[in-house]
Amino acid sequence: MTSMAEPFIHLAGVQKVYRTRGREFLAVSEVTFDVAAGELVALVGPSGCGKTTLLKILAGLHSHESGEVRIGTAAQPFDPSRDIGMVFQQPLLLKWRRVLDNVLLPAEILGLPVAESRQRARDLLALVGLAGAEDKYPYELSGGMQQRASIARALVHDPKLVLMDEPFGALDALTREKMNLELLRIWQQAKKTIVFVTHGITEAVFLGTRVVVLTAGPARMADNFLVELPHPRTLDIKTSEKFGGYTRRIYRLLGMD
Amino acid sequence: MGANRESLQRYSLAVVSHLLLVAAWYLFVELGKIPKFVLPSPQATLNALLVPNYRWLENIAVTGIEIFGGYILAVVVGVAIALLFSWFRWLELVLMPLLVSLNMIPKVALGPLIIVWFKYGIGPNIMMAFAICFFPIVLTTARGLKEVEPELLDLVRTLKGSRWQVFTKIQLPGALPYIFSGMKVAAILAVAGAIVGEFLGSDRGLGYLMLQVQVTLDTAAMFMAVILITLLGGLLYLIVLGLERLLVVQDARLG
Repeated sequence: MTSMAEPFIHLAGVQKVYRTRGREFLAVSEVTFDVAAGELVALVGPSGCGKTTLLKILAGLHSHESGEVRIGTAAQPFDPSRDIGMVFQQPLLLKWRRVLDNVLLPAEILGLPVAESRQRARDLLALVGLAGAEDKYPYELSGGMQQRASIARALVHDPKLVLMDEPFGALDALTREKMNLELLRIWQQAKKTIVFVTHGITEAVFLGTRVVVLTAGPARMADNFLVELPHPRTLDIKTSEKFGGYTRRIYRLLGMD
Repeated sequence: MGANRESLQRYSLAVVSHLLLVAAWYLFVELGKIPKFVLPSPQATLNALLVPNYRWLENIAVTGIEIFGGYILAVVVGVAIALLFSWFRWLELVLMPLLVSLNMIPKVALGPLIIVWFKYGIGPNIMMAFAICFFPIVLTTARGLKEVEPELLDLVRTLKGSRWQVFTKIQLPGALPYIFSGMKVAAILAVAGAIVGEFLGSDRGLGYLMLQVQVTLDTAAMFMAVILITLLGGLLYLIVLGLERLLVVQDARLG
């Protein structure tokens, strides 16, 4: 992990207000945290806490009223049109494209060299455990496998930052646990900075090197802490004392203790 | 291959049921001693093809040109209008309500007017087929072009993709199943349009021939004409179905 002296993502006092019918409400406020390159940050909180809005601000899809948003360092410059990979709750694969061609979509949009991109897409499909599924259509894959393909798609243009919006929220509980383990493995091999939005508290602690807790009504950042659990993580750490300490800390912040 | 055997079974059953209908038709006419001018036998119907005066080939060609001409025109114009609607939202806001109102007009009622404006013949009948089947294509295509997941647009936006890329890579291929569902409805309507046109005013075509043989009470020839019209419609439908199989992935096809 690089030194926090120059963080890859720097957020300070970020605030966003939505206005509807003359009324204002706070979508995001008091968001201040830094992320080192290569971290996997979990943004956790209830519906309406602004976690998706914050993700969209990072993606450059939303503006923010006040505060500072800075991504990239001198050593790792950030190009907002090339360095963002996105994964959504739904896999959103194009039904009419085979898996390999779905993974290639960002490369096509960016106009990257075809042959290299294809090789990279194949390698990524192998990385996410979909070797051999290149020529299948999305409907031939299970929900979990489709989401694996969408993770490969988010990595194909080799972005420095991957933004994930509840990517496993639509999966059944067991598949979700399996995908958590898979994501940690992929993250360690791909060496990306990942911002992962979830409303699952155990998921946030299990995945995150850092957890940022957001609360709703009004939407604001309530906590930001490092998760000091060793890697590679296995499912049995969920029963450890330390893990329980972290989850209790979040439950308390969300007023659920 | 279980699936293959099942589909083979289904096709053979379909053939059997059609043959049964012809057999029932034959027996009904033979045993019931039905007069030929009321209900001709299958044999008599086939024999109608042997009358050279009826110029079957020419009439099939004329009706075929009307159906396919009107249909292809409707697909081209219909898809083009829907594309313009999707590119220029104000155009849709202005023209779509107008198209909906105009579509309320029973196209058949326009027949006499079309004759006044364009005389009679192949051209006006192509217009008739076009008028009757173009609207469903506009409607389904316009709807299909709108069916884009907003998050996919987000994904393209983070990559600074162009509107053209959204259109060619996501919007248009995504709309194809909708375009085909409109094209299937339109295929059936186009046949009706062409025949109505021929009934109202023409000097050639299978619909025209039906009016001619009606006078002489050659019911067998009328039967034959109906069968040929149906076959023309079936051919068009099959071509559209084949194109759909070729262009649209199984999972994306609309019922």
